[in-house]
Amino acid sequence: MALKGAEEEWALLMHRAIDGDSAAYRRLLASLTPVLRTVTRRNCARIGLDGGEAEDIVQEVLLAIHLKRDSWDTDRPIGPWIMTITRNKLIDARRRRGNRQVQQVDDLADILTAEGSEDAMDRQDIDRLLERLGERPRDLVRSLSVEGRSVQETAARLKMSEGAVRVALHRAIKTLAALYRGDGP
Amino acid sequence: MRTEDLINALVADLTVSKFRFRQVLVSAIALGAIVAAAAFLPSMGVRPDIRQALLTIRFLFKFVVTLSLAVSAGGLLYCLARPGTPTGLWAWALIAAPTLLVIAVVTELVATPVASWSSRMVGTNAVYCLMLIPLLSLGPLACIIYALRKGAPTNPGLAGAVAGLLASGIAATLYATHCTDDSPLFLATWYSLATGIVTLAGYAIGARALRW
Repeated sequence: MALKGAEEEWALLMHRAIDGDSAAYRRLLASLTPVLRTVTRRNCARIGLDGGEAEDIVQEVLLAIHLKRDSWDTDRPIGPWIMTITRNKLIDARRRRGNRQVQQVDDLADILTAEGSEDAMDRQDIDRLLERLGERPRDLVRSLSVEGRSVQETAARLKMSEGAVRVALHRAIKTLAALYRGDGP
Repeated sequence: MRTEDLINALVADLTVSKFRFRQVLVSAIALGAIVAAAAFLPSMGVRPDIRQALLTIRFLFKFVVTLSLAVSAGGLLYCLARPGTPTGLWAWALIAAPTLLVIAVVTELVATPVASWSSRMVGTNAVYCLMLIPLLSLGPLACIIYALRKGAPTNPGLAGAVAGLLASGIAATLYATHCTDDSPLFLATWYSLATGIVTLAGYAIGARALRW
């Protein structure tokens, strides 16, 4: 019953987010994250993925939920929509790791560096992917995310219009999602 | 970047959704049909004897098949493009068109003399049919694939193939008003082959363009 209640809460928050309510959207993503973490950790163990990869998958799922939120049919429960996206991203991650393992056989240095860094935060995919975004989009994303600045503050700091910041942010988020699935620029 | 930081960026990127996916898909299908009709009417146009043809069951039956293909593929596609949506009865509805066609073929074989079978099957426009249905479905297919990129099909290849079925259903409906070959034998051979070509193309495009 608790899950049922959570699902109704998520649906309500997503309804408000669709209408442009950012506070509701923040609450939705914050409330989803621990659940996604539990689900991905449990499944990573089950399908033979390293537990350290779980957080990357959580971030990838959040990106997909964000970019594909219009595909949720507001007449339908939101739980199956979220869980299907999560399952898809887990499957993608396993497929990717299969490819990576094949590549690593040829390159011992890669394996050693991968084993050398134990801190999961240090080797998160998203930081590697951010590096590939290019300097300006990276600054912009960092300003809005890690540094927690608003769009207005970021626009002032980077000497851009707010509209240009929004466009660049949206493009950067789409590029990040593409880089995750391996067809980036 | 911590997940909490990513959430900051996602919240900053929130915009009011102007169109839900349902509207996007329906508009794309409508636009695709208009594009196909705009290409069809000036170049091919309906057959000159359409008034008499409308009184024959064979001519009308062509639309029963092509329209049931389009409708069932459209309904199934709407389910396939949204994560966690059961396909339900739509997956079964897709077999309506081929089933009707098989029944019609058997009926035709029973009702007509053996000597006429081959001419009924080969018809007069086989090559045109095979070329023009795929050509006419290009516009609808492009529109539908574009719309599907706004959705999130969990199986991109399958969604692309069903988009191909829908596009060829639209194209075949138009082409059937031009084509003078009305025998179910012709329909089962050439329309099916043309639909198969478009469906394969849809699969190939979908598997690449619809990943997310």
